Amino acid sequence: MKPFYGISGPASNILSLRTKMLITRRVEFSSSHRCAVPGWSDDRNREVFGEEANPYGHGHNYVLEVTLSGKVDEVTGMIVDLKDVKTILNREVVEPMDHRYLNAEVPPFDQVVPTAENIAREIWRRILPHFNSETVQLHEVRLYETENLYVEYRGQ
Amino acid sequence: MTLTARYPFSASHRLHSPLLSEQANDDVYGKCNNPHGHGHNYWIEVTVAGEPDAMTGMVIERAKLDKLVGEEILSRVGHRNLNEQLPEMNGLVPTTENLTYVLAGILNHRFGATSAKLARVRILETRNNRFETETNDLTQ
Repeated sequence: MKPFYGISGPASNILSLRTKMLITRRVEFSSSHRCAVPGWSDDRNREVFGEEANPYGHGHNYVLEVTLSGKVDEVTGMIVDLKDVKTILNREVVEPMDHRYLNAEVPPFDQVVPTAENIAREIWRRILPHFNSETVQLHEVRLYETENLYVEYRGQ
Repeated sequence: MTLTARYPFSASHRLHSPLLSEQANDDVYGKCNNPHGHGHNYWIEVTVAGEPDAMTGMVIERAKLDKLVGEEILSRVGHRNLNEQLPEMNGLVPTTENLTYVLAGILNHRFGATSAKLARVRILETRNNRFETETNDLTQ
């Protein structure tokens, strides 16, 4: 076994057991949306949401970074199997949202304005049950709407 | 919830302290001490914290944030010489550390009037160097 911070032997195992780490998986999806409050005038929506309120909708290449926290498993040296993370993110987020018009095809965005903030909260809600165990917890959802704009959400 | 938007600006500076000898300036700042100055394509990342508005679903309206950063930051530093044309530096050497504190202070002052809170300011000097301050660290 390789020395762990210069310590070899049984002590290295104890140290690695205690090591809490963050791990981030990134996925992409492309969706269209329109940001507007139903019941507001077109002018008001245009004023608040700008071009995001275009009545015909528009799209983004969203980039989602999901950060998990947990302890490094003594045997595998992993916090979590990244294959499983990928499967969950694909099932809960990418497949339902990729190449969809969020307002019409992805609840709750028929009721809730699909701003980056609200999409991040919905993603958190969808994936939280899968990363809420003793060994791994959901730490942060970061959603890039464009290269220049992102939101970070930690569940509160 | 936090929201981060980034904005580019190009500016020049020279790192030189009048408190140090020529030799010491050269030792400390190296090629950044070039008497003619030099420039960077900076990015400033502004992070705003708050609860998304119940109606609009936004932490802050994008147009308002763009306007605020445009008026308070980009108009001050875009295509400027930071040694000569940013009076708020108040004699500080325009390292990007100092620039980050000064610009964060300017922004934080303006944010006092909005419901959203300024949480963090990060400046990228090049793609390899970045500097950040959380507004809790700022002295008013």
